[in-house]
Amino acid sequence: MTAQLLIEDLSLVFRTRHGMVRALEDVSLSVERGEIVGVVGESGSGKSVMAYAVMGLQDPASQVLGGRIMFGGLDMLRASEAALAEMRGRELAMIFQSPRTALNPIRKVGRQIADILRQHTTSRRGDLRKHAIDALARVRIPDPARRCEAYPFELSGGMCQRVMIAMALACSPSLLIADEPTTGLDVTTQAVIMDLIREMSRDARMSTLLITHDLGLAGEYCDRIAVMHAGHVVEVAPIEELLSRPAHPYTRQLLAATPTSRSTVEELVSIPGQLPDLRRELPACRFSERCERHVGTCDERPLPWTKLSPTHMVRCRVPL
Amino acid sequence: MSATTLARNVGHAFGQNRLTLVAVAILLLLLLCAAFGQQIAPYDPLMTNGGAKLLAPDAAHLFGTDALGRDILSRVIVAARLDLGMAISAVVLSFLGGLALGAVAGYFGGWSDRIIGRGMDTIMAFPLFVLAMGIVAALGNSVLNIIIATMIINLPFYCRFARGEVNVRREMGYVEAARMGGNRSLPVLVHHIIPNILPPMMVQASLNMGWAILNAAGLSFIGLGVRPPTPEWGIMVSEGASFIISGEWWTFVFPGAALVLAVFCFNLLGDGMRDLLDPRQRI
Amino acid sequence: MFVWKRLLGTLPSLAGVIVVTFLLSHALPGDPAAYFAGPAANAASIAEVRNKLGLDQSLPVQFLHYLADLAHGNLGNSLTTGQPVLTDLIQRLPASLELTMFALIFAVTVAIPMGVWAATRPGSLIDHACRATVSAAAAFPTFFVGLLLVYVFYFLLGLAPEPVGRLNEVLYSAPPHITGAYTIDSLLAGDWQVFRASLAQLILPSISLGLFALAPIARITRAAMLQALGSDFTRTARASGLPARKVLVTYAFRNALLPLSSVLGMVFSFLLGANVLIEQVYGWQGVGSYAVSAVLASDYAAVQGFVLMMAVLYILLNLLVDLLGTLIDPRVRFEA
Repeated sequence: MTAQLLIEDLSLVFRTRHGMVRALEDVSLSVERGEIVGVVGESGSGKSVMAYAVMGLQDPASQVLGGRIMFGGLDMLRASEAALAEMRGRELAMIFQSPRTALNPIRKVGRQIADILRQHTTSRRGDLRKHAIDALARVRIPDPARRCEAYPFELSGGMCQRVMIAMALACSPSLLIADEPTTGLDVTTQAVIMDLIREMSRDARMSTLLITHDLGLAGEYCDRIAVMHAGHVVEVAPIEELLSRPAHPYTRQLLAATPTSRSTVEELVSIPGQLPDLRRELPACRFSERCERHVGTCDERPLPWTKLSPTHMVRCRVPL
Repeated sequence: MSATTLARNVGHAFGQNRLTLVAVAILLLLLLCAAFGQQIAPYDPLMTNGGAKLLAPDAAHLFGTDALGRDILSRVIVAARLDLGMAISAVVLSFLGGLALGAVAGYFGGWSDRIIGRGMDTIMAFPLFVLAMGIVAALGNSVLNIIIATMIINLPFYCRFARGEVNVRREMGYVEAARMGGNRSLPVLVHHIIPNILPPMMVQASLNMGWAILNAAGLSFIGLGVRPPTPEWGIMVSEGASFIISGEWWTFVFPGAALVLAVFCFNLLGDGMRDLLDPRQRI
Repeated sequence: MFVWKRLLGTLPSLAGVIVVTFLLSHALPGDPAAYFAGPAANAASIAEVRNKLGLDQSLPVQFLHYLADLAHGNLGNSLTTGQPVLTDLIQRLPASLELTMFALIFAVTVAIPMGVWAATRPGSLIDHACRATVSAAAAFPTFFVGLLLVYVFYFLLGLAPEPVGRLNEVLYSAPPHITGAYTIDSLLAGDWQVFRASLAQLILPSISLGLFALAPIARITRAAMLQALGSDFTRTARASGLPARKVLVTYAFRNALLPLSSVLGMVFSFLLGANVLIEQVYGWQGVGSYAVSAVLASDYAAVQGFVLMMAVLYILLNLLVDLLGTLIDPRVRFEA
């Protein structure tokens, strides 16, 4: 198995004042070397929670109930903080949404990149600025030497995201996690940023985990897609297959709800019902209450994976 | 919020926070002393007794006696009236003044806002205790002037808060509705907005009471306003200060402790009220 | 330049302060001339004072005279010392500044680490204990704290020197005057003994004065650190594998300094005011005790001179904090 990242049966809960939130249940996912895997789902589906778990940056109020996350020979859930810190920024990097707030507002952009380089590489102090400028140049920021001395508030949203990407890729990691990297950016900038990410991935044979709620975006840039709903991964398939032959009822509804350039307002559909309350006891399939194909066996545990093809898996008793 | 909901919330909040309940109980006790001090006190606070000078606390004199043989416990009890009275008067006056000024500034804006703002800024440009000293020196050395001085230095606090709250509510739906209902500006302000901002302002007032007490006590400590033989906590501490180096600690510790108790309880009350009204504000 | 703009911004406050101090001394009910002449004056000397100080002229004219006097540094003469008020104040100012400085250093050195530490362990027993002690400390009148400390550390434990002011004149003599601060001057003169003695005299009053300032500083530091530690950019820093120390100091703490500088204004207002109380307790020969005896003696000019000087000092300190704030936060510089 040459998977860069392997998430196996991850289950995670949050302890809150209002009860225990079952944020993730038996989540499994793999990312091969060099591929771009999209994780798609509504807000609250657990996409970001999973991403933070991979980085070892879970909320202190959370608790892992089971499963493992294998990356670089390490179980990220059981590794020491020192080992995790060693990995982060170097082998494994993450970029976030709202890039301007994700950067230190009172520190020059170049210094922030240099901080990372200083931590993970053996560059001499004098070379750090030069390497930072190189990092900015690699993400096609115009006039990188001058931009190095800029503060985040002096840069546009798109530029800030490029800076974040530069920071993430400064040490050539083997896995990049992009958590909604284009949310909040205008459409043109979105395309530019995504093109950049794709190009960087291809050039460095870097694996990418792209988290987004935008199925259209995922469809355009990803090799494979994992669909998440209410803390479950419900379907995983290569992109063309997912778009043409979705197997899970939720995936089909998600596709139907995604507006295309040709659809009209009257044609807009929404998925009936709402996300289930993750604090209460839930049936085996968390979509069953919103699903038109629901049958009695859907509530029986364990909910098995159905393998429709070597690359197409779905977690449903009555797949399409 | 309806009366029953408010009552239930109050009960719930106080039940949650027993410390606040204790604080309220102690404050009621102090208010009792302020109101009925002369009756409660075991001795006449002004009666001197040459033969009983500087006695350490014992069964007859729980807090000991001072340099003129007066019972300190009685003096501490009776002093509550002046200390709490000065602070409460000052706070009430600056509350009302600040509410009026701030509401006008926040609602009408324009030059009224600028003038009032400039006035408050000017007060705030002084270290406040220093300004209070200057005002008392200028107006004359009396208790009334202590109250006036404390009121003036407290004014910006309430004014700014009221202004902010009114500003926020000015654009809200129910105000627009009232205006569209044909009401002119001032009645809208008085009948709709001000009742709404009273609860948060009350929280500010209780948090501010402790500070007002400390200010007034500080002024009397340095000899302003209150003159001997009037019992007042600040001046009692000042009188007792000369006996530290000879070891008669009770002459200054007990009145000082009374001050600490009063301020601490008002602070707790303020915290409790703030938790009740807006738990998110708690730092 | 940017600094000039900030300096100009203080002018309205300065103007307001000057007007208020003028009104306090010239525009009150009663006869200002009687105030300036002093309680022991008779009708003739009052009339003389009225004439000399131009108090029989109209208010606007008096104000112009007042401004002219200020421009020449003329704050009137003190009734009790007979000297010009400005001379008295300048003579005594270093003592008060030295005391306030040490109090501030004490408050900041204790409160900031406490706030940072509490923020890194929120909800812990230590956190709650710190918040409780800080709340309790805020309820103590400063003069009471001063007296308690003297009683415990001087009378009971004998650890502190006798509270006779800046220096025990019987045992030591003041160092040659360079800055006016005994600690600095004695160091400059190489007089180690006087340095230790003056430092020893400073400890208790500084702690008494600084204790009340602990509460707001610790509270704001804790809140600001909590917010900085929970913010997006701290998460990014952690995700980049930066060491915990760097995340705490360079990323979180530096950002937490911004709200801290705004609370310093309030702290200075308190320190300059409570200075008066502490000087009374410890017999400190600074402007505070000068002002207190002036108020009690109805030495009018001296009191108003004191108020004016403290206000100007406060405005300058706020300006300084403001400028320091721009060093920390580059965004402010660009707003200009």
